[in-house]
Amino acid sequence: MKKSEVPQDDSALNNVSREMCYAQNESGEYETALSKGWNVKKEALDLAWEDVNVRIESAKKEVLENRKSPIYYYMESKLMDFVILSGYTGIWKWKIKRHLKPSVFNSLPNKVLSKYAKAFEITIDELKQVI
Amino acid sequence: MKSAFEHIQSAHCENGVTTSLLKHNGVDFITEPLAFGIGSGLFYIHVPFLKINNGPAIAFRTMPGAIFSRTCKSLGIKIQKIKFKDELAAQHFLDDKLAQNIPVGCQVGVFHLTYFPKEYRFHFNAHNLIVFGRLNDNFLISDPVMESTTELSVYDLNRARFAKGPLAPKGHIYFPENVKDVCIEIVKKAIVKGIKRNVRDMLSIPGNIAGVKGIRYTSKKIRSWRTKLGPKVAGLYLGQIVRMQEEIGTGGGGFRFIYAAFLQQSAQILEDQRLLEISNDFSKSGDLWRLAATKMAGIFKGRNTTQEAYDEIADIYLKIYELEKNAFIKLKKLKLT
Repeated sequence: MKKSEVPQDDSALNNVSREMCYAQNESGEYETALSKGWNVKKEALDLAWEDVNVRIESAKKEVLENRKSPIYYYMESKLMDFVILSGYTGIWKWKIKRHLKPSVFNSLPNKVLSKYAKAFEITIDELKQVI
Repeated sequence: MKSAFEHIQSAHCENGVTTSLLKHNGVDFITEPLAFGIGSGLFYIHVPFLKINNGPAIAFRTMPGAIFSRTCKSLGIKIQKIKFKDELAAQHFLDDKLAQNIPVGCQVGVFHLTYFPKEYRFHFNAHNLIVFGRLNDNFLISDPVMESTTELSVYDLNRARFAKGPLAPKGHIYFPENVKDVCIEIVKKAIVKGIKRNVRDMLSIPGNIAGVKGIRYTSKKIRSWRTKLGPKVAGLYLGQIVRMQEEIGTGGGGFRFIYAAFLQQSAQILEDQRLLEISNDFSKSGDLWRLAATKMAGIFKGRNTTQEAYDEIADIYLKIYELEKNAFIKLKKLKLT
């Protein structure tokens, strides 16, 4: 990449920081250059977020229709999967999957609920509902 | 309490932490490309069956932590690396080091780094930053990918140091110790060792998923994704590759430009002009990686979603495979000593 080709497109990092990259000057030597962003990257990041938002919306729908417990919604909205949520709560994956059933969720003691609430950085009251 | 620590911005976080900590300890010659190359940072691996964020597991660099350890070791510098079970113990250790004016490297999870825009905060646990001081309830942070220093609250830093999930940092803290003068002969030796280890990693790992052969493996996969996964999931997979290759910290072209810069600097230090030609190969390779990324964006943004578009990318990958294979064979044949 030539220094003159270092992209300066819009990105989510705008006003926060520019990114350092390595590019060649006119005599072919490598120098560092700062880039504001690159459209190709922005499109990849946008795509990832479109996917995340679809997942969150569909999780919300399932919870509101009482097919899944709110844990499912918060797991998706905090970009977690079962492995990550298991790490934060210390609860086994298969147990978490069981806790996604509304009937099981409704009978969970506060002790277990508080583990989920802590993982999602919300209160137990917030955990019990999806807005 | 504020130490006379100097923030240095870099392309990649672990290179940057390594460079900054060594510079702080008087190793003046060190640059990001040298740290990356001496630590044999360039790599490629496509782990089959494993999914990260619901996409393919591909890496363009060596495993986290390796660059710091290898670079220090090759330069004859002792390091301390500690992981913790207990959050409080981890914080006390950090406070102790800061009280002694010792800036330290920490492995952290990006999800909890409040100074990043939300768009970048995924659960990625192999990020690295330097903590160089404490101001009341805030730690002073030098994150190498940022233009300037920043701060994190005690709560946020603890959360980041004990992020959970794959590659969980477990409070991992590291720093060089008792740094002595590094003479030019040691630097030369370290460069040669770094190159040789990189030749081995890219050419000689058995199987077909690691090193240059991994690039060929991905090429084959990309060709099949459209039919096998359907256009939507295939598009998400390509998007993930672009992010792994270009997102904060690769210096562009999946670290290939940093490696090209390393070979240029090495040519000068080793007084060996042959390295310049091979550096050009990596510049070309980096350009091809970026071309492939541009074509991928064309697919996942719906500009061209035909099988031919997938084939075109797969063909670029084969070109990269040939180019990098030959470049590393050339490096091997130099018989550097």
